[in-house]
Amino acid sequence: MTDFLISIWEWFHEYVQFTIYSGVKALIILLPLFIVVAYYTYAERKVIGYMQIRKGPNRVGFKGLLQPFADMFKLMFKEIIIPTNSNRYLFIVAPVITFAPAMAAWAVIPFDAGLVFSDINAGLLYILAMTSVGVYGVIIAGWASNSKYALLGAMRSAAQIVAYEIAMGFALVGVLMVAGSLNLSDIVTGQSGGIGNWFFIPLLPLFFVYLISGVAETNRAPFDVAEGESEIVAGFHVEYSGMTFAVFFLAEYANMILIAMLCSLLFFGGWLSPVPDLLGDGIGWLFGKTAVFMLLFLWFRATFPRYRYDQIMRLGWKVLLPVTIFWLVVEGVAVYFKIGPWFV
Amino acid sequence: MAINTKSSSPLTGQQTPRIAKRIMMIETAIFYVFAVATVISACAVVTVKNPVHAALFLVLTFFTSAVIWLSLEAEFLAISLVLVYVGAVMVLFIFVVMMLDINVARLREGFVRYLPLGLAVAAIMLLLMLNVVTSDVFVLDVGSEPLPKPADYSNTKALGAVLYTDYVFAFEIAAVILLVAIIAAISLTMRKRTQTKYQVPSDQIKVRKSDRLRVVKMPSVEEE
Repeated sequence: MTDFLISIWEWFHEYVQFTIYSGVKALIILLPLFIVVAYYTYAERKVIGYMQIRKGPNRVGFKGLLQPFADMFKLMFKEIIIPTNSNRYLFIVAPVITFAPAMAAWAVIPFDAGLVFSDINAGLLYILAMTSVGVYGVIIAGWASNSKYALLGAMRSAAQIVAYEIAMGFALVGVLMVAGSLNLSDIVTGQSGGIGNWFFIPLLPLFFVYLISGVAETNRAPFDVAEGESEIVAGFHVEYSGMTFAVFFLAEYANMILIAMLCSLLFFGGWLSPVPDLLGDGIGWLFGKTAVFMLLFLWFRATFPRYRYDQIMRLGWKVLLPVTIFWLVVEGVAVYFKIGPWFV
Repeated sequence: MAINTKSSSPLTGQQTPRIAKRIMMIETAIFYVFAVATVISACAVVTVKNPVHAALFLVLTFFTSAVIWLSLEAEFLAISLVLVYVGAVMVLFIFVVMMLDINVARLREGFVRYLPLGLAVAAIMLLLMLNVVTSDVFVLDVGSEPLPKPADYSNTKALGAVLYTDYVFAFEIAAVILLVAIIAAISLTMRKRTQTKYQVPSDQIKVRKSDRLRVVKMPSVEEE
């Protein structure tokens, strides 16, 4: 049987083999991601429920564990309504434009030493580029819907993303200065040697800037003015229903997980153990750290009220950006004088 | 499961001439697909009626040209093109275009009137480009064909090394010009508005009870 399979495999050309091989690798990353997204929505409702002294979903399955699947089937079988005067083509394309970069960004994430789909040199730049493309889905959705609320949401989102993208980029420049590389695996290996060598210690202000801009980039509370249920109903996706809405939802949660994972990779040593002498490194550390940041996202949503639009702009341009620029100068001095275990 | 695609050939890591030929073929195919897409979308930018569609086609043009740059092994430039132009500049463009209510019919009115001028500009630009392209610098047989770089060659590092040594003055001058442009743009548009009422958040935070609230002792009055 195995001989037969091997002969079939060898019958393919190298290019077909390569395509199949890459496809399987992509599935190995994306299928667990979808499952995590599904249970992240469940965790969100449960965690926020308990924070607000409610029980959260507890009807479908044991303790509500099948709730994500119930939601999924509901969304799959709902009718997709396309508004009459909308721009049909762009209306359908918009969720895809949001979804595709959110998935593509995962290509360069290293899960363990050598365990990476594509180990490219400019990995960090690639992730920045991909996450910044995702905003087009939001903008196009808002415009194509031909609805005032959707357009307002898209406008808010565009302004917000432009503001926070810059702060985020500058925060990552700090990481580059310490690591001396754009490759994510190299950035993680640069932090080896225990918790004292992780980058969050020399880059603490930049870490907070990155986390805050990450929340803003994913349009999550308290920066979710693009959705703003209380003022503009649901913002850019007010006209979307069924599967098209689900795709937006999926992309948003995949982006949240991505930001959480990047926080742990760039600032908290990724798969490295905090005490390498006692405990070994491993993929479990990365997932544990990511889970903590994922919980933070939910915690923020349960705790903070939504920012006012002008205050978001003020925070981005007048607080976060000067903080990053100031800290880059400090870091430049530290790099020049080769301070501490980090800048050697 | 060691997933690593740094090796030059899929799976095996060694390159037979047969595979090398096929890689060339696939690269050519990719080039033609994206080159055609670039040309079509670039034409669409100036021909479609809706300004938002035009801006989106411009985004597509940037994206497809980034792919072509990628196939030229200019990864850093390709990713920066997407990051800077697609991710930031075009978002602002689209932001503005969506806000403006552009009357397309009025924009099209003067088409015939301005046609001679447009053609003249196009002709001059064509001449200039031909002048550059046909000069000695761009002749194809200058030197040998550039060889593909080894797998561990970092485009980013090479670019940085040149940018901060040989071209450091040009780089700094460009940076200063941009800074001047930013300051000029802000100083042109910034004006103090005296009529608008706005909140000062720091004053709001500093407020104490005693600033706003006065507890008045009133003797209770007996009703008659």
